[in-house]
Amino acid sequence: MVVFDKTKGLTDNELHYCPGCTHGIIHRLVAESLEELGVLDKTVGVASVGCSVFSYNYFNCDMIQAAHGRAPAVATGAKRANPDNIVFTYQGDGDLAAIGTAETVHSAARGENITVIFVNNAIYGMTGGQMAPTTLPKQVTQTSPYGRDVTVVGYPVKVAEMLSQVDGATYIERVAVNDVKNIKNAKRAIKKAFQNQIEGKGFSLIEVLSTCPTNWGVSPEKAIEWLNENMQTYYPLGVYKDKFKEEK
Amino acid sequence: MATVTFNEERCKGCGLCVNVCPKKIISLSKEKINAKGYHPAEVIEKEKCIGCAFCATMCPDTVIKVEK
Repeated sequence: MVVFDKTKGLTDNELHYCPGCTHGIIHRLVAESLEELGVLDKTVGVASVGCSVFSYNYFNCDMIQAAHGRAPAVATGAKRANPDNIVFTYQGDGDLAAIGTAETVHSAARGENITVIFVNNAIYGMTGGQMAPTTLPKQVTQTSPYGRDVTVVGYPVKVAEMLSQVDGATYIERVAVNDVKNIKNAKRAIKKAFQNQIEGKGFSLIEVLSTCPTNWGVSPEKAIEWLNENMQTYYPLGVYKDKFKEEK
Repeated sequence: MATVTFNEERCKGCGLCVNVCPKKIISLSKEKINAKGYHPAEVIEKEKCIGCAFCATMCPDTVIKVEK
């Protein structure tokens, strides 16, 4: 009996991500959810700009590549043109929380019936480790060599907390992929976000805390520890908004 | 008996599976090197595997297959 095998939702292409990067885990969770819900053949994914730009090579469904930060706007068009399709975006923090903040907030405010997977690793990965809007206070990056000074550059953007205040949003949750328990929980959350879309409930966003061993300058093992100790305390996990919770 | 199969050519040797294994039977190979230049993960004492699939759940590159 097969206990675990690669999902049909992923292609056979080799992931280009660095060793120990948890993008691969999140890709798998999204692909498994789509396969289990039986919607792979009518799913359209929207890839962002950043390390996750090549996600169109890895998901075994139709994919569109959007301009930097504009994935929710493209997804809005794709969903409104073909409401029967399942439309999701897969975006990093440099894409969604920086240049794409307006698109994200307004898609949520309009209550677009799409699913957004937001991968937060607190740094710009693809461009070489610059400070991102989500970089933690005092975190050392290429462009904050003495640590992020909040008196000069301000505080990190907490996307899940921010969007939970938007009336149009349906389901907002923050999860992490640092251990087996949290990965199972992340899978449940991502599956629910897609289930919401199938049922026409509206805008769902899952923020996934992820690691970037290369640009954090640590080993994959130490990156997981750093996520546990620093990111989880600044970005607490949990459900931030669930509009349909009481109706059960 | 549970068996785990590693697609060693796809493994990037990140070691995340090594830490989550409850039986501590996975390690990065000291002798083998794959085409990409990484030391792939391998199971030393295969008979101790309980087939929990924790390693496969943690693997970012989906190189592990678990059967029971």
